[in-house]
Amino acid sequence: MRIAADRERCTSSGMCALTAPELFDQDDEDGRVVVLDDAPLGADTGDAAAAIELCPSGALTAVDEHQD
Amino acid sequence: MIASETASSEDLPHGMPYHRDTRHDPPAALMALQDQPLRRMRYYPDDVEGWLVTGHALARQVLADPRFLTGERFVRSPTDLPHFFVSSSEHVPPGFFFFKDPPEHTRLRRKVTGVFTLKRMRDLEPRIADIVDDRIAAMKDAGSGADLFQEFALPVPSLVICEMLGVPYADRDHFQRTSSAIFDQAMPIEQRNEATGELFGYVHGLVPAKRARPGDDLLSTLAADDDLTDDEVAGIGMILLLGGHETTAHMFGLGTLALLEHPDQLARLRSEPELMTGAVEELLRFLTVAHAGMMRIVKEDAEIDGRILRAGEYVTVAPHAVNRDPAYFDRPDELDLGRNSQGHMAFGHGIHQCIGQQLARVEMRIGFARLLEAFPGLRLAVPADQVPLRTDMFIYGVGALPVAW
Ligand code: HEM
Ligand code: SF4
Repeated sequence: MRIAADRERCTSSGMCALTAPELFDQDDEDGRVVVLDDAPLGADTGDAAAAIELCPSGALTAVDEHQD
Repeated sequence: MIASETASSEDLPHGMPYHRDTRHDPPAALMALQDQPLRRMRYYPDDVEGWLVTGHALARQVLADPRFLTGERFVRSPTDLPHFFVSSSEHVPPGFFFFKDPPEHTRLRRKVTGVFTLKRMRDLEPRIADIVDDRIAAMKDAGSGADLFQEFALPVPSLVICEMLGVPYADRDHFQRTSSAIFDQAMPIEQRNEATGELFGYVHGLVPAKRARPGDDLLSTLAADDDLTDDEVAGIGMILLLGGHETTAHMFGLGTLALLEHPDQLARLRSEPELMTGAVEELLRFLTVAHAGMMRIVKEDAEIDGRILRAGEYVTVAPHAVNRDPAYFDRPDELDLGRNSQGHMAFGHGIHQCIGQQLARVEMRIGFARLLEAFPGLRLAVPADQVPLRTDMFIYGVGALPVAW
């Protein structure tokens, strides 16, 4: 799984950093998402899926690996 | 095939029910409407037809859809009470970004999101803990029988947001009175608009001094920003002051009442304090204090769940019903502090999702933990059915909570 973040859509809710702190952070300027690890493995993929699901703005998406 | 929306419109529900049958559950009459998670209903005061959403999946869809706006002029209410939004748009202060759509919403909201990040909230924890401890000491001074709402629930979030903004807490009588009038849907709309103007004027009056002698606070930062007018600074300050104290206050008040009325859950939380993070989420879901309905206006015809929502129509999402949707939550009517409540909509969804949610989480986590620790024998000082409840306020909660220990 690979994670794509659209920072233009991000509404700085912090839900991703709350749900999967090992994968997401927020920048200091205006709290928008910073992806720490866009290719989570193992147990982290569950957290990644939850974060994508909970993101209120639709800024996070899972990209199909095979499209790379 | 798109369903026709003209048939048997006489049978439509008149508004969103708000009379409560129990202290902690959404109105039964509202839950009865969940058999159709998206349905037509009539709006007040002129009976015009619009929509009501009570299902979780559809609520998510509507609130995340850019065709549903808040920047329009709201003149109708989903209940026979004048909704917070009704007629307020002509009184909406500049900078009050809840009533803005992108790109204005984005520009204004991003001026302050940097100070509400998880990281910044974590840095605030020791200060919040001090404030909580001070209020616990004040409760002890007041003695057993004290009103937890006035001594603890209201002051903790008020003190925190005042410090963040740089608003003098000494002025609390003024801003607590005006905010509570703005949120009081039983109060005539003229009086509430007057209160809106008063609160705006109050915050506006603080701006020149913040620019002249900046402090280490958010109003000073905003006042120094050339991209913002004084009116916008005051509007942003006002929305944060309003959003920042009554909401969390009612989670403390009603949340404590709910814990005391669920002694098994309370005992569990006391013996397993590591449950607190999840317990806060479950209380948010179970109580959903922001119960007045999240209203939007349809910008352009939109097809949702096979139905056409027409441009100009009103849509109200009932978050308290959504948070009890059995299609999303198992045993939704049970308060279960050990469950995973992820996906609840107590803070909304979409671009307007609560800006203060990470602050509210920290306040509740620390506040509830220390409260339970300080008062091992905490109990109600009056029978539960004598606790005054405010169903007609924009935010649901207790009017007072006399407790003993
Ligand atoms: C437990 C406490 C709280 C609850 C239940 C709550 C609930 C909500 C909800 C449901 C919304 C979205 C409304 C909609 O989309 O129609 C919202 C938005 C908002 N909240 Fe909160 N809130 C809480 C605490 C706070 C705090 C502490 C602050 C301030 C620091 C705050 C400031 C705001 C602001 C400014 C908005 C508008 C955001 C926007 O339009 O982009 N809230 N809140
Ligand atoms: S959850 Fe979505 S909106 Fe919130 S900070 Fe992360 S990317 Fe942004």
